[in-house]
Parts: sequence; C-alpha cells; structure tokens
Amino acid sequence: MSANTPAEAAPGPPDRDPRERGAAIDGAKLVRERRLNNAKKNWALFRSDVPALLGALVLLFFVVIALAAPLIAPAAMLDVTKQLDAPRYAPPSLEHPLGTDGLGRELWVRILWGARVSILVGVAATVMSMVIGTIMGLAAGHFSGLFGGLIMRVIDFFIVLPSLLLAIVLSSVLERGVFTIVIAIGLTSWASTARIVRSQTLSVESRLYIERARILGAGHRHILFRHLLPAVMPLVLANTTLTVGGAIIAESTLSFLGLGDTSKESWGTILKNSMDVSAATSGYWWYVLTPGIAILLVVLAFTMVGRALEAIINPALRSR
Amino acid sequence: MTRPARNDPHPADPTDPGPASATHSADPADPDPASAAGSTGTADADEPPAGGSFAGYFLRKLGGAATSMILVIVLGFFAFRMLPGDPVLKIAKERPMSPAQIAELRSQYGLDKPVIVQFWDYLVGIVTGDLGESYVYRKTVSSLIVEYLGPTLLLTGTAALIAIAMGLWLGQLSAWRRNSLFDKLASSTSLIFWSVPTFWLGLILLMIFGGTLQWLPTGGMITPGLDPWSAAGIIDVIKHLILPVVSLVVVVYAQFLMIMRASLIEEMSEDYLTTARAKGLTEDEVRRRHAVPNALLPTVTVVFLHIGGLIAGAVTVEAVFSWPGLGKLTFEAIRGPDLPLLQGTFVVFSAIIIVMNLAADLVYRFLDPRVRRA
Repeated sequence: MSANTPAEAAPGPPDRDPRERGAAIDGAKLVRERRLNNAKKNWALFRSDVPALLGALVLLFFVVIALAAPLIAPAAMLDVTKQLDAPRYAPPSLEHPLGTDGLGRELWVRILWGARVSILVGVAATVMSMVIGTIMGLAAGHFSGLFGGLIMRVIDFFIVLPSLLLAIVLSSVLERGVFTIVIAIGLTSWASTARIVRSQTLSVESRLYIERARILGAGHRHILFRHLLPAVMPLVLANTTLTVGGAIIAESTLSFLGLGDTSKESWGTILKNSMDVSAATSGYWWYVLTPGIAILLVVLAFTMVGRALEAIINPALRSR
Repeated sequence: MTRPARNDPHPADPTDPGPASATHSADPADPDPASAAGSTGTADADEPPAGGSFAGYFLRKLGGAATSMILVIVLGFFAFRMLPGDPVLKIAKERPMSPAQIAELRSQYGLDKPVIVQFWDYLVGIVTGDLGESYVYRKTVSSLIVEYLGPTLLLTGTAALIAIAMGLWLGQLSAWRRNSLFDKLASSTSLIFWSVPTFWLGLILLMIFGGTLQWLPTGGMITPGLDPWSAAGIIDVIKHLILPVVSLVVVVYAQFLMIMRASLIEEMSEDYLTTARAKGLTEDEVRRRHAVPNALLPTVTVVFLHIGGLIAGAVTVEAVFSWPGLGKLTFEAIRGPDLPLLQGTFVVFSAIIIVMNLAADLVYRFLDPRVRRA
C-alpha cells in the first residue's frame, strides 16, 4: 500500500508522474511498452471468455443492421399507405420471415429500424448518466464537509427512488421525442454509477501520490482531473457497458407506456402496438415474441461484454 | 450503546466474527459483484460508522427519509409546473379545446396564480391529503389512490415475499455449490431474466397461460359479480393474481439471487467457517447456522432497496394485466394525459418506497450486532 503500487493498479495515474516524463525517452518507452503488454494481456483475457465474445458478435451484428437499415429495407417499407395489399397478421413464413403486423408491415423491417432508436437511446442515455454519475461521484468522494454531504444526499435520493418513476414523470411533462427519452433515462439513472465512482474515489484519495500532489500545492482541479478521473475511468467504462442494457430496457418500458416517439420505430413501440391490438390474447405470437427477443439478445450481449470488461479491470472478481 | 446485549438474531452462532470488517466487500474499488445485476446498495464498506445511540441512528435515518420526502414533494411540484411545456397547452394539443376551455382549465389547476402561491396551495394540499382532481376520472386524486392502493399492495407484497424467499434460498444454495451445474443454471437463468423487460415477460405469460392454454384469466382482479370475501371470490382473486405475480417475481428474484450468492461467496472464505467445521458440524449445519446468517446481513438492505424496483415494475405489469392498482392508474394517467393524477401517484409511490427504505435501515440495525453496538 505504498508508493510502489502493485502491478494490477489502474495504468492511469502513476504514468502521468512528471518524474517519468522528466526521465525522457527511456521512461516514456517503458510506459508505452507496459501499456501495450497490458492491452495484449487484457485482450487475451477477453478472448478466453466465450460468452463475452458471443456478446460482442451479437452487438456487432445489431449495430451493423441498425446502421444499414436504410440500405437493407428502404423506409418506404414502413409506410402504411404502401402496404395496402400486404397480408395483415401473417404468421412467419418464407415470404414473411418474421410475420407482419396489423397494418401489413413486415415485422423484420420494423425490428431493423427499431434497432436504430433502441440502441441509440440506450447508448446516449448511458453516456449521459455516466457523465453525471462520474461528476457527482467524484465530487462526493473528493469534497468533504457540507458540500460533499449535500451531494451524498442527492445521490442517496436518486438511489432510493426507482429511476423509472422519475423517468415517467420527466418524459410525460416534456415534449415527446427520442431526445426526451434520452434525457429522462440519463437524468434519472446515474446514481449507481455515482456510488461506484465515489467508493473508488475514496480509495484512491487515500493513496500516497494524491497526498504528495496535495503537499506540492495541487488544487482541487488538478487532483480531480489529473489523478482521480484517470483512476476511476476504467471502472466507469466497464460499468457503462453494463448500464446500456438497463437503459435499453428502460427505453422499451417508457415506449411501452406510450411515452416514446410514436413517429419512430423502437422495440418498445412495437411491443406497445402489439398490446394495443391485444396480440398476446389474439394468437399473434410473433408480434409479441420477436421484439422482446431482440431486446433480450442485445441486453444480454451488453451484460456479457460488460462483465468481461469488469473482470479484466477488477481482478478480484475473476476468482468468482 | 443503549443496546449492549448481544441478543443475536442467530443464537446458534457462537463464532460470529464480531466486529470483523471483512463482511462487506473490503475493497471499496470492488463494485460488488451483484452490481452486475444493476444492483444498488448502501451497505458499502466506506459508509461512515454508525455512531451514537439507537435514538441518534433512528433520528438520522428519519431525517434522511424526511429530506427525500421533501425532495419528492418539491420535485412533484416543479416537474409538473416549471418544466418547458405548459401542461395545459399539452393537454390542449392532444384534445381539441376552445380558448375559454383552456382558460378554465388553467384556473382549475390554479395556473393563473403566481408560482409561490401555487406552491403554497400544493403544500397545504399535500398535508391535508388533497392532491387535486383527476382530469379523466373526474374524482379527487386522493380518493382514486385510496381506492387503488389495496390491489397494488396485494400484488407487490405477494411478489416481494415470494421473490425474497426464492432469491435468497436459491442464492445461498447456488453460492454454496459454486460452479456446480445447479449454480451455473441458476446464475445463467437469472442473467436471462434480468435481461428482459418485466412487461414483456408479462405479455409472454399472458399469451401462453391466458391466451393459448386459457388456464388463467387474462386481466382484472376478480370476476365481476363475485364477492371478494367469499371462498369462491378468494380463489378467483388468487387465480387473477398468479400471472402478474409470476412476472414480477421472475425479474426480481434473479437480482436477489445474484446478491445473496455474491454475499455468501464473500463469507465463504472466512476463518470462522473453518472453526465451525473443526467443531464437527456437517456442511449443511455450517451453511445454515454460520455462513447464511452472516451473508444475510448485507443482503437485507440491498433487497429492500430493490423493492422500489418491484413497485416500478408493477406499473407495467398492472398495465399488461389490467390489475386495478396504482400502476394501472399511472398508466391511465400517462394516456390521459392526466397530470394531477400522475403527480399524485408519483408522490404516493415515492412515499411508499421511502418508507420501505427507512424500514430497511431499521431492520438492518436490529439484524447486525456490529451496527447495533457501534
């Protein structure tokens, strides 16, 4: 627990040490080599984790089809007025791979377009919640006294209240739209990140190099951004991957409740439409099943990748 | 200090580690493995040591809960009045209205008064139990909430009991037989269950058991015309209860399982278990009488915190099964849009969750001799 930090410590802070920069090329080279080696080791770890690799493949698949949606299935295929001849509620067959909905639209086209909004909202809301969570967690861990205590209370408040409730309130007051959903999820789901960041900040704060920086006259800004932020970043990144899954579920839930952008496809919207026509009790099983399976696959994939990243960053978890 | 007696909740446990600090994840950098399941918890190791008497602890927790409640109340006001997007104009946009109707709606909501006055009216309303009038139901929000509260408590209460019992039981088994087939099955099914939206699971259950097999009713709480207190009525309610409870349980028990599993695994490397084995206890006794009671402690708080999630899950599940509870009321309020009703359900839901959380803190204090004595 002294200055010579063990090898498993996050590669961030000690490398920024001015001493190493001062030692010219040798030091810099050493650092680069160590980073390269670390990256290689981590990649080997990740590769040996089969579920995580599968997850990464699933994610790649969905991201590609989401990006290529306009090429694979032109937007006109979603236009209800052009589907007048198409069969309604056709069960999956060779002609209609995933079946059709009540307006004759192909379900696979809707899933394809829905992937765009669902994944985009999931990722954007996560980024937002990560930024807020990191800032709040750093502040709560770094500042003591009234200010730190105040922030802790705010974090506690958001941990206790389920984010879905707040998100429902926010998105029902604001203009409907994809952006609103992102804000509603991002603003309400950052508390668990803040908590994790705070714990990590507290443990890093007690390290000697922080004390040294402080004695040398470093201000809050220097310590926060040069030392603490790099030290919590790896953890935040692993957590990000885990959080995307939750955000995608939250998006589908809000859309299902009718708070989403009705003009855009999303997996939650498809499920909402399926419930509006009581697909579940009318025997249109494909209408209920497919969007949910898409959600399940993507969320599971994000979770698998996130867990693998977390295990790489935090060796203590590996034994479990 | 006022409770020095160690009336241990598990008296058969002479080797209780006492003030060992290793019960919670000792490394604060360790986002407890349960966080993989999106868990949150306040029982981390860096929590300031609970000092002072029980009264002091109680007052501090009560103060925390009161602060949260005030925040909810303030948020409930400002979210619905101050955010961009005039609520009345929003209603006007979704249903045709004349300017006179809009003005009337404005005065009905008190929106023509200054904000401070509105806030005061709102505070007085909350204290006196007057949450305004629902726009859709044409009834006071309080009477609606009172009417719909019971079914929600029945649904979430049943689901919580089953989920906790199942999650903790399977979680400890799974940790004890770590890496066995059972553990792998339990862990992977919980991962899958955690990855689906609650409402989708509800839809699937509805489809299989309500639609295709027609074994169970597809919605509502009781067949109309039955007396809920007669024997037939109670059986009917239970039949209606099964599907929504199962959908809630399946998603939540998985989280409890992961938390309990992680907590027990943490406990399993402790020395006192070796002592217990050396005394000649069987593996089952070691698990039941020593490891599990200790692993339960950190789990309790986290489990109570997740009950908030259960209540949030009730919103969609009640919508899917038309269960006449607060969740369905929220769903109807969103569809309205019925902002006074939505504001009311938000405040009441939040209050329930804050009270549950306060209860968790107190239960924790009673369960954990270390916190109690500190």
